[in-house]
Amino acid sequence: MRDEVLRRVRAAVATLVLAGLLVAPWVVDDYTAAILARTLALGLVGVSVALLTGVAGMPTLGQTAPYAAGAYASAVLGSQVSDVGVVQVAVAALAGATLAAVTLPLVVPARGVIVLMITLAVGELAVTVLGRWRSVTGGTDGLAGIAGVRPFWGLPVLVTDQARYLYTLVVVATLVGAVLLLLRTRAGVLLRAGRDDEMRLRASGHRVPLYLSGAHVAAGAIAGAAGSLLVVAQQYISPADFGFDTSALLLLGVVIGGTASVGGALVGAVLVIAVRDWLFGVLPGHAPLVLGALFVATVYLLPTGVTRARRPRPIPAPRPPDATPTRDRDVTPELRV
Amino acid sequence: MIAVAAGPNRIDPYVIPALDGVAYGLLVFVAAAGLVFCFGVANILNLAHGMLYAIGGYTAAAVLDGGWTSLALALGVGVLAAAAAGVLLAGLLTPVATGNHLTQALLTFGVALAGGSLLVAGFGPDDPQVLVPAALDGSVQVAGHRYAAYRLVFIVVAAALAAGLYLTVRRTRAGMLVRAAVDDPEMVACLGVSPTRIRVGVLAAGGALAGAAGVLGAPIIGPGADTADTVLLLSLVVVVLGGLGSMVGTLLAALAIGEIQTLGVALLPSAAPFLLFAAMAAVLAVRARGLALRWVAT
Repeated sequence: MRDEVLRRVRAAVATLVLAGLLVAPWVVDDYTAAILARTLALGLVGVSVALLTGVAGMPTLGQTAPYAAGAYASAVLGSQVSDVGVVQVAVAALAGATLAAVTLPLVVPARGVIVLMITLAVGELAVTVLGRWRSVTGGTDGLAGIAGVRPFWGLPVLVTDQARYLYTLVVVATLVGAVLLLLRTRAGVLLRAGRDDEMRLRASGHRVPLYLSGAHVAAGAIAGAAGSLLVVAQQYISPADFGFDTSALLLLGVVIGGTASVGGALVGAVLVIAVRDWLFGVLPGHAPLVLGALFVATVYLLPTGVTRARRPRPIPAPRPPDATPTRDRDVTPELRV
Repeated sequence: MIAVAAGPNRIDPYVIPALDGVAYGLLVFVAAAGLVFCFGVANILNLAHGMLYAIGGYTAAAVLDGGWTSLALALGVGVLAAAAAGVLLAGLLTPVATGNHLTQALLTFGVALAGGSLLVAGFGPDDPQVLVPAALDGSVQVAGHRYAAYRLVFIVVAAALAAGLYLTVRRTRAGMLVRAAVDDPEMVACLGVSPTRIRVGVLAAGGALAGAAGVLGAPIIGPGADTADTVLLLSLVVVVLGGLGSMVGTLLAALAIGEIQTLGVALLPSAAPFLLFAAMAAVLAVRARGLALRWVAT
């Protein structure tokens, strides 16, 4: 009964938020519409972080790497090959997926906090490469003057901030919908099962590293697609868009929103990014200080995140009486939020 | 720039970058050692570690005036300040010490964000100049090349620090407790050593090491807005490359990073930005499964 009410409330809230997002461009000014579009793109990266952190149990600080790969691929493609949005999103997703696939040997064998460290290093190295590979990325100056995008063959090029926002919203909604559907299938069940009890799943003949690899590549593709949307939203990219602070903010947003819930992660990431942008506006120069304090406060107020509350009901599993508790600190169970 | 010798010896032009690599590597080792301790013993991923180094760097820039006294003073102040910051961090971490790593990572990142902002606010947005003692400001002859005297002395001092660290962990009671705490925290608690004290001590020691690296390394990786990020990244890469295993592994990894960053740039300038990543990928691809958590055990 309570579950039913909760589900209805959640559905109502989701509908309201979606409706609000749809009418937003006619309510707010151009500048805000552009900021909203960028925030949505970052929210999509948040979804990929949630997919890895919450669903697959691989906490990541490095999703900015495929995000950046997608953004630069899309920008280069847009100015030299095709201005069709669908093509750009697809190529960006491919770039993100490729980068994620390349880093698989680093990420998949690791667990827990080691994943955090490795992905953090990957993300930071990606930014270093972006800053130095001047011939392609424009170095730290970034790429400006990126050509406008037309959503589909035959459609006009999007020139207003409203149009670009709506384009971003449609792509984000489509991709998030696809992720939600995918997680309802067997693939989603297996991923969660691997997160909750890897040994059991392995013992029953499942190839957990294969599932983790799939999740990692898929999350890379989503982050790459988000990169393409960032290019459309702000028409300028530089390595500063993909810094360590962005990864950490996204992770904070995802933790606040509930790592195991993709929708919650999207809301949390959007919320945190919005607060950051707002702070930068009202407190020029002191934003990082306030943001850092907010971080600390959030951790104290939500020590286990909202995640615990949103955890799906555990399925009671019969345990063998002689099961020995694991002492492997490498596989810290509480990390598998 | 160093004039390239046209002599018969083909490795001659690379002597100086190679030596620089040793200095850079030892600096990264001393900076990263604190992170290794913190993670290995207190089981905390301290994302504020780069900030502890930056505290040392800014102290050096503020205190150093070209004399020896100022160097001693800077070292004292920098080490104390960074150790105090470590203690503060340990205090902040107390409520979430038994929580999950994600929370700790987020907390320490918040501290890094706020602390970095305070440092920039306190010392100004421009990268400050660092004055090394006048006696070390010149250059000396190394294998027929001129080399900055400070770096040569730095190599000696950092090597001594590394050796001291090794001996402390190997031979002293504190070192034994540290190694025991990695292997079996419950057992150490049974011995009457409180886990809180271990955590505070480890974060303070890690801070002191990072602070010392920050002061001494200021002429090599100078204080600035990006310092904390750079040092954190290098430390993480070193810790991961070192196999998360041993101090010796960490040292070798740090020296390798140093050579990649200096010799790599001299040998393969166009590929240099990718070398660090390539090295990390190569090592991890080969021995990723060997990343067992035997941290401080040598």
